[in-house]
Amino acid sequence: MSSLITRVRRIQIAQTIEKGTRLDGRGLLDTREIKLEQGIIQKAEGSARVFLGKTQVLVGVKIETGEPFPDTPNEGVQTVNAELVPLAASTFEPGPPDENSIELARIVDRGIRESHAIDTAKLVIEAGKKVFVVFIDVYVLNHDGNLIDAAALAAVAALKNTKMPNYEVKDGELKIKTGYTPLPLKSTPITVTVVKVNDKLLIDPWVEEEQIAEARISLAVNEDGNICAIQKGGNGYFTPQQIVEASKIARDKATELRKKLDW
Amino acid sequence: MSNKPEKLIDKKGLRLDGRKADELRSLKLEVGILPNADGSAYIEHGKNKILVGVYGPREMHPKHLSQNDRMVIRTRYHMAPFSVQERKSPAPSRREVELSKVIRESLEPSVFNDLYPRTGIDVFIEVLQADGGTRCASITAASLAIADAGIPMRDLVVACAAGKVEDQIVLDLMDEEDKLGVADVPVAYMPSLNAVTLLQMDGILSPEEMEKAVTMAIEGCKKIYAKQQEVLKTKYQLVKEGVEE
Repeated sequence: MSSLITRVRRIQIAQTIEKGTRLDGRGLLDTREIKLEQGIIQKAEGSARVFLGKTQVLVGVKIETGEPFPDTPNEGVQTVNAELVPLAASTFEPGPPDENSIELARIVDRGIRESHAIDTAKLVIEAGKKVFVVFIDVYVLNHDGNLIDAAALAAVAALKNTKMPNYEVKDGELKIKTGYTPLPLKSTPITVTVVKVNDKLLIDPWVEEEQIAEARISLAVNEDGNICAIQKGGNGYFTPQQIVEASKIARDKATELRKKLDW
Repeated sequence: MSNKPEKLIDKKGLRLDGRKADELRSLKLEVGILPNADGSAYIEHGKNKILVGVYGPREMHPKHLSQNDRMVIRTRYHMAPFSVQERKSPAPSRREVELSKVIRESLEPSVFNDLYPRTGIDVFIEVLQADGGTRCASITAASLAIADAGIPMRDLVVACAAGKVEDQIVLDLMDEEDKLGVADVPVAYMPSLNAVTLLQMDGILSPEEMEKAVTMAIEGCKKIYAKQQEVLKTKYQLVKEGVEE
């Protein structure tokens, strides 16, 4: 997921972090400017675009009808897909999803699923036969690092913006009526990724920092401050103490962002 | 699998298979069992049966994937169609692609990969039977197979999960507990370096519960680690005796 970075640049970034600051002037635990736009795609039932510095992620939500999974006949279906669109970075190539985009989609999916963000019990049309399927499509438009946090934020923002068509069921037939109601949501998870560079923990890395990071850990935090999903990534490791520290950083940052967004 | 058990933990605090909260399932490890592979291992962890074969270090195919300064590790986690209740299509699922990636990343820090530039190793993991916790058992066996291939390592990687079942934090979840439980926290660990190389979680846990689960999983890892070392030692003891004869 990365292009080459020169050794001198590598050292420069690492040495600055070593001193507790970063090349763009941020402290280790500062995020870049976050901008959030909702409802920008009219044809989608819900949409949102998140800017995290120069990183840009668009999420569109489409709602269709389909069959429930056999083991959950009384629940609607949630599916997340992520596209690392080739226009977003010189290193992205067209083609079927690679492991990076699959991992991204599955991290976003887990945060929403495990926090029970979508009230899937309310998406049943006919138990065991017909339910609403919520398609969450993550579209990376510009890659400048920390795609996980940007995508997770955009996905939940898009869900909050999603409108379900009003409907009634007559003789097993689905009839769409006029008007819309909001998609029933029970939770709004926020995902924060902490990366490790030379044993220092920092958040919201831009793309070059991401390349020199040894490992990352992403935590999805719900409104009660509980953790509902974790994913470690990268070729390095964390000590148990660093995991505890990262968990605290993620919870604090999630609370901070929640307040700012008024979620 | 329609007969759901009513309680996953009984009044005495015992689990469905009679284990205590901090008890591991039965474990059997073997190394060097595949004649063609450069390194191999087999694990039976509860009802999980997993085979791992390692090939290399060898030239990378396709060549452009090789790295000038290090050896590349490629991992393929794959489940046999007959390994689960409902037949699994043999085509790689999204879950398998993700697990292949996180398993590779969990093994990466254990290997001195700068010793074999421009080469690669392939770690092939075949789950023959799955019963919850396959990624952890896969990592434990894969690390043994890499050691069996004679590749220099900083430490063995060992993995074990902990999780929350009903209102308790328990060690080493089996299939039913994984599916019906509250949360699952798989952890991979290098004991000599105190390094966590894989950590995932799903379900809802308070921060304290999460820390407790990680600590418990690490304790489980240490127990499995002793067995990993033992099986490698036994193998080399046999090799030594063979040479001396």
